[in-house]
Amino acid sequence: MWPVLVIASNTFRENLRDKILYNLLLFAGLLMGASLFLADLTIMEHYKIMTDMGLAAINLVGVIIAVFVGIGLVSKEIERRTIYTIVARPISRAQFVVGKYLGLVTTLAVNVLVMLSVFLLTLWGYQAPVHWTLVQAVQLIMVELMLITAIALFFSTFSSATLSAIFTIGLYIIGHLTTDLRGLAQKSHSDAVKAVANGVYYVCPNLDMLNMKGQAAMGIAIPLSYEALATTYGLLYAGMLIVGACLIFQQRDF
Amino acid sequence: MDAIRIEGLVKRFRSGWPGRPPATVLDGLSLSVREGEIFGFLGPNGSGKTTTIKVLMGLIRATAGTAELFGKPAGDVQIRRRIGFLPEASYFYDYLTAEEFLTFYGNLSGMGRDRLRARVPQLLEMVGLAEARTRQLRKFSKGMLQRVGLAQALIHDPELVILDEPMSGLDPIGRKQVRDLILGLRDQGKTVFFSTHIIPDVEMICDRVGVIAKGKLLTTGRVDELAGHGHTQSVEIVCQGITVGDNPAIQTMAVRVLQRGPQALIVLPSPDRLEGVLGEIRKHGGRLISVTPQKGSLEELFFPSSGQQAGVGSGRKA
Repeated sequence: MWPVLVIASNTFRENLRDKILYNLLLFAGLLMGASLFLADLTIMEHYKIMTDMGLAAINLVGVIIAVFVGIGLVSKEIERRTIYTIVARPISRAQFVVGKYLGLVTTLAVNVLVMLSVFLLTLWGYQAPVHWTLVQAVQLIMVELMLITAIALFFSTFSSATLSAIFTIGLYIIGHLTTDLRGLAQKSHSDAVKAVANGVYYVCPNLDMLNMKGQAAMGIAIPLSYEALATTYGLLYAGMLIVGACLIFQQRDF
Repeated sequence: MDAIRIEGLVKRFRSGWPGRPPATVLDGLSLSVREGEIFGFLGPNGSGKTTTIKVLMGLIRATAGTAELFGKPAGDVQIRRRIGFLPEASYFYDYLTAEEFLTFYGNLSGMGRDRLRARVPQLLEMVGLAEARTRQLRKFSKGMLQRVGLAQALIHDPELVILDEPMSGLDPIGRKQVRDLILGLRDQGKTVFFSTHIIPDVEMICDRVGVIAKGKLLTTGRVDELAGHGHTQSVEIVCQGITVGDNPAIQTMAVRVLQRGPQALIVLPSPDRLEGVLGEIRKHGGRLISVTPQKGSLEELFFPSSGQQAGVGSGRKA
């Protein structure tokens, strides 16, 4: 366990020293600021616009970090040959992969916490209703980010950073369309279309399941049982991808 | 027990194109390195040195054959506690300071906080980077990076240190520093296995040498044995008082003659012509100044015959 923590803390430190994260946080702040401006321009539902844009900013910045830092987690180590000195230590390759993953997840968690704090303080400052559902939605965003990080990490163990980015973004888009795909399968008269659409639905991650932003913005409560189920689903999927990443990485030559 | 034992090692890399045969980089390589010696792994670029080291460090898997470190298979994770490794032209985490960098690798090797607190400053002092301890590696010169790289290989006080081209790309001062560090390791009883294509580096510091070309081991042995015995040596004679140009007998026996006024330099291809030339010098009233046998260098001995001269350096380029 100790080597995993050493790798994770070093990954976290690397991320902290990467200035791009601060720029993204600033970007999130600007988006939340813009939501105040837009809310002032509307006659009705300005609290909803504020919460919608705030949650979207947290999600967007988190996804950018998860994808673009995640795709380099392992491939960058191989390209820069820093992996040589790591693998030469008494540490298994699986420990390295898990450590890298946990390092980025910690970075994401800190970023999400900072953004959530700014978001809630902004709402509180404008006397907008602050309810528990917002925190639940952000918690599910965090699970989604953990899943996206696992997807990016999985691809980065066997392909280049560019290809990993394409695969991860592709899967992210499909992941938000799986419910529509299932609808398409049910309506289609072709067995082939049905089979493909159903296959994609069951194989690809259902990221829409983790998207509760609209409901939270409306102030509609998210049942705890649903939150637990969605979280379990996201973490299990991420876990399977990490196991796959470890198995692939174990076989790689450097 | 041998620190390193390699037997019949084969490594083939698959071609990226279907139908093309795999490239054989190691072709039945066998060698052993004893504990406590400095072993130079000499070969031209592309001869298979780095591939051998990668197999030893578990970075790649061999197609066939065995590689063992202290009697354990090369891929064994736990044996790496006893090994230090500096890869060729390695890139390190340049956002770390020298202190953080060494602490990170020490932590990975399972060193405790107290031990690291004592070891890190000691090592930075040893590699001459004590004053740069709080500087980020991105601000280091190439020589400094090589030295901090050596420090990371030594942080956990390993018994065996494997260095891939440790002097490559360094200026003469940097190379001397690395040489001194390696000699210091021998004084501490460590085993050092290092690869290089720079022959003088090997001649100066190694106890034994292994010469590799085209993935095969050409020979192993002590440097003085390989360079001194059983191979042709030339002899240089310096004398005064005779004009070699007027002496056809000496000209016939010499491979090169250089006349500078009364003094002449005569180079013989082998010692067996020495007596004949000395007799001619005496007969014509010449005075002998010096006789210097010239040992063949490793470069002369191995690479012309192996047909692998391309890429082998004499050390002048570094």
